Amino acid sequence: MSLLSTLVSQVINGLQSGSIYALVALGYSMVYGIILLLNFAHGDIIMVGAYAAWMCMVNFHLHPVVSILVAILASTLLGVIIEKVAYAPLRSAPRLSLLITAIGVSFLLENGAQLIFGAGAKDMSASMAMFTTGPSITLGSATLSFPALLTIVVSLISMAALTFLVQKTKLGKAMRAVSEDMGAAQLMGISLNSTISFTFMLGSALAGIGAILYLCAYPQVNPTMGSMLGLKAFVAAVLGGIGSIPGAMVGGFVIGLAEALVSAVGLSVWKDGVVFAILIVVLLVKPSGLLGHSTTEKV
Amino acid sequence: MKKILALTLAAMMSLSLAACGGSTGGSSAAAADEGTASATSEAAAGGEGTAASGGSIKVGLMVTTTGENAMYGNAVKNGARLYIDQVNAAGGVNGKQIEVVEYDDKGDATEAVTNFNRMLDDGITAVIGAVLTGPTIALADETYNINMPQISASATAAGVTVIDPTDPESEIRTNVFRACFIDPFQGEKMAEYASERLSATTAAVIFENGNDYSVGLKDAFVAKCEELGIQVVATEAYSTGDVDFRAQLTNIAGQNPDVVFSPNYYEDDGMIITQAREVGVTGTFLGGDGWGSVKNYASAEDLEGSVYCSGYAPGSSDAVKQFESDYQAAYGEDIPNMFAPLGYDAAMLMLNAIQAAEEQGLEACTDEYYQAVIDAMAATNGLEGITGSYQFDEQNNPIKSAAIMRLEGGDEVFTELF
Amino acid sequence: MNNTLGQRRIPMPTRYLINLVLVVVSLAVLHYISAAGIISSYYSKILMLVGINIILAVSLNVATGYLGQLPLGHAGFMAVGGYAAGIFLKAMPMPNLNRLPEGTNELAAHLQYNAYLALALVLAGVVAAIFGVIIGVPALRLKGDYLAIITLGFGEIIRVILLNIDDVLGFEFTYGASGLKRIPKAATVTNVFVCVVITCAIIHLVLKSRHGRAVLSIRENEIAAESCGVNTTYYKVMAFTLSAFFAGVAGALYATYVGILQPSTFGFMKSIEILVIVVLGGMGSMLGSVLSATVLTALPQMLLAFDKWRMVLYSLVLIIVMIFKPSGLLGTYDFSLSRVLEKLLNRFGGKKKEVAK
Repeated sequence: MSLLSTLVSQVINGLQSGSIYALVALGYSMVYGIILLLNFAHGDIIMVGAYAAWMCMVNFHLHPVVSILVAILASTLLGVIIEKVAYAPLRSAPRLSLLITAIGVSFLLENGAQLIFGAGAKDMSASMAMFTTGPSITLGSATLSFPALLTIVVSLISMAALTFLVQKTKLGKAMRAVSEDMGAAQLMGISLNSTISFTFMLGSALAGIGAILYLCAYPQVNPTMGSMLGLKAFVAAVLGGIGSIPGAMVGGFVIGLAEALVSAVGLSVWKDGVVFAILIVVLLVKPSGLLGHSTTEKV
Repeated sequence: MKKILALTLAAMMSLSLAACGGSTGGSSAAAADEGTASATSEAAAGGEGTAASGGSIKVGLMVTTTGENAMYGNAVKNGARLYIDQVNAAGGVNGKQIEVVEYDDKGDATEAVTNFNRMLDDGITAVIGAVLTGPTIALADETYNINMPQISASATAAGVTVIDPTDPESEIRTNVFRACFIDPFQGEKMAEYASERLSATTAAVIFENGNDYSVGLKDAFVAKCEELGIQVVATEAYSTGDVDFRAQLTNIAGQNPDVVFSPNYYEDDGMIITQAREVGVTGTFLGGDGWGSVKNYASAEDLEGSVYCSGYAPGSSDAVKQFESDYQAAYGEDIPNMFAPLGYDAAMLMLNAIQAAEEQGLEACTDEYYQAVIDAMAATNGLEGITGSYQFDEQNNPIKSAAIMRLEGGDEVFTELF
Repeated sequence: MNNTLGQRRIPMPTRYLINLVLVVVSLAVLHYISAAGIISSYYSKILMLVGINIILAVSLNVATGYLGQLPLGHAGFMAVGGYAAGIFLKAMPMPNLNRLPEGTNELAAHLQYNAYLALALVLAGVVAAIFGVIIGVPALRLKGDYLAIITLGFGEIIRVILLNIDDVLGFEFTYGASGLKRIPKAATVTNVFVCVVITCAIIHLVLKSRHGRAVLSIRENEIAAESCGVNTTYYKVMAFTLSAFFAGVAGALYATYVGILQPSTFGFMKSIEILVIVVLGGMGSMLGSVLSATVLTALPQMLLAFDKWRMVLYSLVLIIVMIFKPSGLLGTYDFSLSRVLEKLLNRFGGKKKEVAK
């Protein structure tokens, strides 16, 4: 392999993991935009979605497509339930309390899953085969494998759909209004509760899609799979400018690429360190992130 | 200012009260607990065993049954309990039933230390454990102080039995044994195998950076490769919990090595090999005993031809088959990984040594008894376990030959002793 | 303090005396019961753990409860302190108290041993405090959840560095993943207790001083505090550093308690566990931290069956406490013995005197 094709391959690797980060980061960003909460449990919603897919496919032998829908539905529902049970009562509480609650929810999901499903990873490579085998694209001597292609395409479509939803629909308008000024939005007749629920629904649905894409790329489910993924995606969201949809996407890809390139130059042991270092530098230099701030649409 | 000081002292006071409260709270708690601990062990043994005639012998079992590494600890626990239950059902050791005092260390050295001291309160005379290296070393520090016999089923780091592995003159923890291979042994074996059987000239390594098992095997492998003239073209690391290895594997693919050494646990290995094939790594994969059960975590095509060394060769002999069916009967599942047979062997070695001490008519929990168990263990010669025949070297590590397992058509097939 | 006329108050020197006597007595009792073998090694281990957790919780409480920030990297400071102390103690010629060579002066050996330990504890605190300043200065420019995340990031970076620094330096320093082993097990119930007392005393003193009030004012309203002339940056960094210092001390005690340090011990989970203690006890209550550290350390030992559920219950408790009592069980209430004594005095002994007057 030539140096160039190695580089191209590494960029593809980065894009693949980056697009998953981006999808997850979107969920973070939307929730933060609307209620200023770092939803720590977001990564774990992905985990629950993945377990749902696993149960459907391996335990109940449902058709993979049905299983995927169930998984996305499960994530969506979970997101809404979490919001209603844990976050809604705290809407007027100090932000610190909300954040601690989110950490609590995240821990609850992780440890609950560990209790129910055991600590070991569940393999899904056979069940996911349908989505991981397909035509691949050859770029010079580097190949864009089917799962990578699928991941990138699906996440781009999801992001486009989300952007449309937020920009062009009434609900999207309501979301933007609430994120702009909660009180004023309420006075204008926008239902706060349903708008926030809808935001959680959207974010969690994206997490569900993220879970499926994650399984295509890494066909294993374990109780802690969401925590690191969530943290990195969160870094992506902050990097891009939390609250901004295009920012989350850009941030996701940047983190994915950064990880791949750090590994490419042989510094893979420092990968996590580099991701957090990026976060720290961004927070210190430009806390609003690359694309954050009032210039971009906040959701 | 005086007020401040007075308040401070008041705070100290409240604190000392709280601290004292802690101690009393603790003691009443433990009293309640002792019942629980023995009750569980009796429940386990009582099912099949006959009532103890000549009293009982208490053996500690320190395993990791909760937390991220629970799948390893639970296997050790099931394996060890299986052997002990069998012994109890057959009349126990020297007519005495073995009572298991089991605690969960959660994979945490702190818990290992407290739980061990608790086992002492419960009156154990020997301890089997722990599962992970960190807790095992913490435990070994404690047992070494009182010379209590200890055997770990699965802690592979050299530092478990030798106080300072880098110093050839180092003190040895004479009371600590293990049933598994040590890290250097496996790494060296696989390097030799790569050189002799696969005629490899280039090798790459991908290892889990935060895991001492992985790092230990890697270090030994790399050192041995240099000695044997195999060129190590890439050494790639990943962090605990990583799932994307493509970037590292792409680097490896770029070097096109003959063999890729992946000294990790089966779940990661499965993912690594799948992704490796995806990004175009064609070399033969080699692994350590952490590979057992890898067949469930990657496709047959991707795994085809990979080789790992292990003490445990599934279905390789009648005894092993018997063990497998017993395990299935007792727990309703297949052997989850190589930790189960190692747990079984560790219990076997320990009970065998206790038998020798019992025969000398010594009283349990005494220094002489401990020493007798240790001596008997050290003198083990050719005791047949599930993972090979046992004998210990001067550093209390088992001298076993490595079974070479090869992945063929999605199955782990025993090929040779190497 | 209640200064109403006619209320009787305990004079200052007496207060000192009462508290000092109580501390000394409890120290003596503790020392006696652990040395005389009245409590088994198991209970003394638990007592030590309780003490270590108290220091961790009380120190985190400085940043969380009194300063009103949410750092999520407390385990990082603990790790730094633990490693500093571990490396220092391993390098020092520690006499082996259990196997003293013939003819050594036992007292001198003990003194030497404890002097090294004290040095190690101070060193651990100082190193952690230095890290506290390094991290605090940039991190404290941010607020709320951003601060939480940036400290989390720093905590993770500390862990990654501890794991990989040996490869960079080229010599054995932290021993990477396999861990720093054979750290002298110097922690005893007595010296942990002394550390707990000193920690609480210093933190209490600082917080009741002018500086402490400045810190509290930042918690209540940062802008108002700043406009009153409080140098917020300085006090934030000060409180943060104080918090880091004692986390380092706790880390050092932990190192000498367990004897082996691995970077994986000091992950994000550990920070959260400490946070749970603080939150449960009450953010801003030292008594709360002490009580909840005691309960949360002793409770899992009491209930074996509870073990499996421990983490699930912790997280549930965290959520429920936040929903129903966001300031924690004790809120900002703190205990003062003098106050209680004064109340008693006024109720039962006070009236007659007043009449006599």
